[in-house]
Amino acid sequence: MATANQSGSTEAQVTDSVPATSPAPARRSRGWLEAYALPLAWLVIIIVFSIIRPETFAQWSNVSSILASNAVLVIISLALIIPLTTGDFDLSVAAVAGFSAVIIAHLNVNWGWNIWLSVLCALAVGFLVGLINGWLIVVLGIESLIVTLGMSTIVTGVMLWVTDARTVVGVDPALVNMVVRNRLFGIPYIFFYALIFTVVIWYVFQHTPVGQRMLVAGRNRDVARLAGMRVGLLRWGALIAGSMLAAFAGMLLVGLSASAGPSTGLDYLLPAFAAAFLGSTTIRPGRFNAWGTFIAVYFLVTGITALQLLGAKTFVQYLFYGLALIIAVALSQHIKRRRTRQGF
Amino acid sequence: MSETAPLLKITGLTKVFGGQRALDGVDLVVNPGEVHGLLGENGSGKSTLIKILSGFHAPDEGRLEVNGNEVSLPLLPGQYRDLGFEFVHQDLGLLPSLTVAENFVMGDVAASRAMTFSWREARRRTAAICEQYGVDIDPSAPVDEIRPVQRAVLAILRAIEGLKTSRVLEEGAEAPPSLLVLDEPTVFLPKQEVGTLFSLIRNIVSTGSSVLFVSHDLDEVRQITDTVSVLRDGHSVGTLTTAGSTKRDLVKLIVGHDLQPGQPHAVGRTRTDDIVLSVRGLRTTLVEEASFDVHRGEVLGLAGLVGSGAEDAVYALFGSGTAQGELTIDGSTVDLSDFTEREAVQLGMALVPADRKNDGSIADLPMEDNINVTVLGHYFTGGRLDHSGLRDNARTLLEEFDVRPQSPTMDYGSFSGGNQQKAMMAKWLQLSPKILLLHEPTQGVDIGAREQIYRVIKSRTHTTTSIVASSDYEELATLCDRVGIFVKGRLLGFLVGDEITHAKIAELSMGRTDDVLEAVGHDAASDPSQTRQSSPSQGTE
Repeated sequence: MATANQSGSTEAQVTDSVPATSPAPARRSRGWLEAYALPLAWLVIIIVFSIIRPETFAQWSNVSSILASNAVLVIISLALIIPLTTGDFDLSVAAVAGFSAVIIAHLNVNWGWNIWLSVLCALAVGFLVGLINGWLIVVLGIESLIVTLGMSTIVTGVMLWVTDARTVVGVDPALVNMVVRNRLFGIPYIFFYALIFTVVIWYVFQHTPVGQRMLVAGRNRDVARLAGMRVGLLRWGALIAGSMLAAFAGMLLVGLSASAGPSTGLDYLLPAFAAAFLGSTTIRPGRFNAWGTFIAVYFLVTGITALQLLGAKTFVQYLFYGLALIIAVALSQHIKRRRTRQGF
Repeated sequence: MSETAPLLKITGLTKVFGGQRALDGVDLVVNPGEVHGLLGENGSGKSTLIKILSGFHAPDEGRLEVNGNEVSLPLLPGQYRDLGFEFVHQDLGLLPSLTVAENFVMGDVAASRAMTFSWREARRRTAAICEQYGVDIDPSAPVDEIRPVQRAVLAILRAIEGLKTSRVLEEGAEAPPSLLVLDEPTVFLPKQEVGTLFSLIRNIVSTGSSVLFVSHDLDEVRQITDTVSVLRDGHSVGTLTTAGSTKRDLVKLIVGHDLQPGQPHAVGRTRTDDIVLSVRGLRTTLVEEASFDVHRGEVLGLAGLVGSGAEDAVYALFGSGTAQGELTIDGSTVDLSDFTEREAVQLGMALVPADRKNDGSIADLPMEDNINVTVLGHYFTGGRLDHSGLRDNARTLLEEFDVRPQSPTMDYGSFSGGNQQKAMMAKWLQLSPKILLLHEPTQGVDIGAREQIYRVIKSRTHTTTSIVASSDYEELATLCDRVGIFVKGRLLGFLVGDEITHAKIAELSMGRTDDVLEAVGHDAASDPSQTRQSSPSQGTE
């Protein structure tokens, strides 16, 4: 029926003078359940496995190891939701994290640079990649998926070139101290970096005009433009911020192992997407949000850890993340569709 | 059946939308081998009628006969093809990045069960058909590189060929005549090229098929059609033989004699002599030339047929960046060619676009987020957004503008059309802009909300001067102090005060030049460059 649908005329608009019903209590409670289903499910997993495997799962060492070892994933996922909020995909975050790790290791070990100077340099490279991505996406108007897919591959290529496909070891322990060796409440610092960024992004998204503008610009560029927002600048800024955060994640990767190799970081891309989309179904359903992302990461890794404690092999990770991504996107589309359907 | 059976006979067609009769007992007869014009203003029911013929809408009452055979309504999806109907809409439905031949055989490719497809054959066939109808289009040229009129021709040829191949015919049977519906095919065509299209249409009807030609443009309708039927407010008000009727006859039928004059300006005159905005040499893709001044406190209407430039002007003034010309607002002058929306907002302008769903709002965000978009900066204090302040602001605005339900947390899309539009007004008027640009401010809005929106516009004139582009002439008559009339890309002049009636706007928009010039004398005399530019002589009046 394409021909009938395409009519450009605006005649015979259906007028609806019936006032929409105000939200019923039933719907409100459903909203609450929707917002907190994931944290609840997470809690259930924790309780169930603490009962099944008290001697391994429910140990503080296990908890602190889970929290610390997935902090990088939290940060890369956060790096994703910044441009996702303004409506752009950034497939290059994982590659940038890896590249940043390689730069730090290379400059520090092979060139003998001060470790913090190396870190600064890596952050600058993150900035640069975001700048180029933004220029291609915002100024030239190329699809973000394509630009960042290409950028991801280019960055990976440079990474192989710089490292000569070898792992660089022996990074300054000062970094390792600041990342994993030093602890607060028995949990390595790295977890607190993830926590701090979660809070910062939550704050910016939730409590500043910039966050609100990013949301509007991502949902509808025309609305944002007509409201006088600098849509291009917001998108560009988001891409740069995401890329720099990814570079910061690269620093943490180096700190975790005191080394960096040609494939460092690359495996994080899919889990990060899974967490970002799963996170958008919780806390503030329908929006990419920091706490949702944070919880989604730990929900996913808790599930995987639990299954592995039950004897599942490594492959289960891939099944889990892949399924989680698809289910999360399906869920968020369902939420969106239901919300708009309520309208008319 | 006898040879004189009409190709299409519609009797008593009625369609009700939410209590409103879009069509009310409409009759229409199209004979084989004729070009039949279908005329009427926006909202007269033309589109509804066409959508019933395509099976998109189910009518509430009415009978349909095709070539003398009764056909039961509603039509099933796709059934129109079996009946020998084909539709070409304004947007033509072509894929611009593909070649002419690829567009031409799109339907075949979709339906084909064969494993292979010969592009050589497709190009050959396309060329043959172009030759058959005497048009010169390169089959291997990409559609976005051919001229607009060639695109229209291509779409029409494709429709005709689609009819030939899609109808299931008994062996050896002669195909019964078919009906090609052209829905405003000329709106975006350069006027000098329309002739190409018309000779194609003539060519088509010479084979015994008929064309139902829907248009706003009286000149074109009089040039190409044999018979004209007119709809007004969902009624058929007459069918005329084109050759035996004057343009004035048609205008009378379209506008009607018995029009109530618009409620003449419930609120007193608010216009002052102070000029708040002046526009010089405005040019866009549709506007050829427009210069005008806007007085502080007035409501200025812009009227014109689709494609005349009236609506384009509104967007051009708000920094769409594709316009040329100069704009002066309260003393600051900007060049429109590099004027952005952001600068427009900073200069104290606001735009409420017609396409509320796509350009004006985010349906799946709460009302408060939508309504507060323009004031976020004001609520950022002490390093954080004042959410409760924002919510209070939204609540106050919803109350002030009588948006129901007064629930700031409900998704914008869940509000009714009228309430959505009131919220859009609130979103901008809370800034007290100097200039509020509105396009179709009450489209899809129910009567009650419509009145409220008019009142809002009128009551704000002490701070906000409004410019309204609308195809609802009744609305302009009710609302405006002056109405500028656009005809074919030119602002021909203004109707002022009590001159503004629905009938007058409609007549002038359709290019009754002598009257326009008369009207121009009243107001735009201050700018002689635009006053005496009439469109080419309109033929017999």
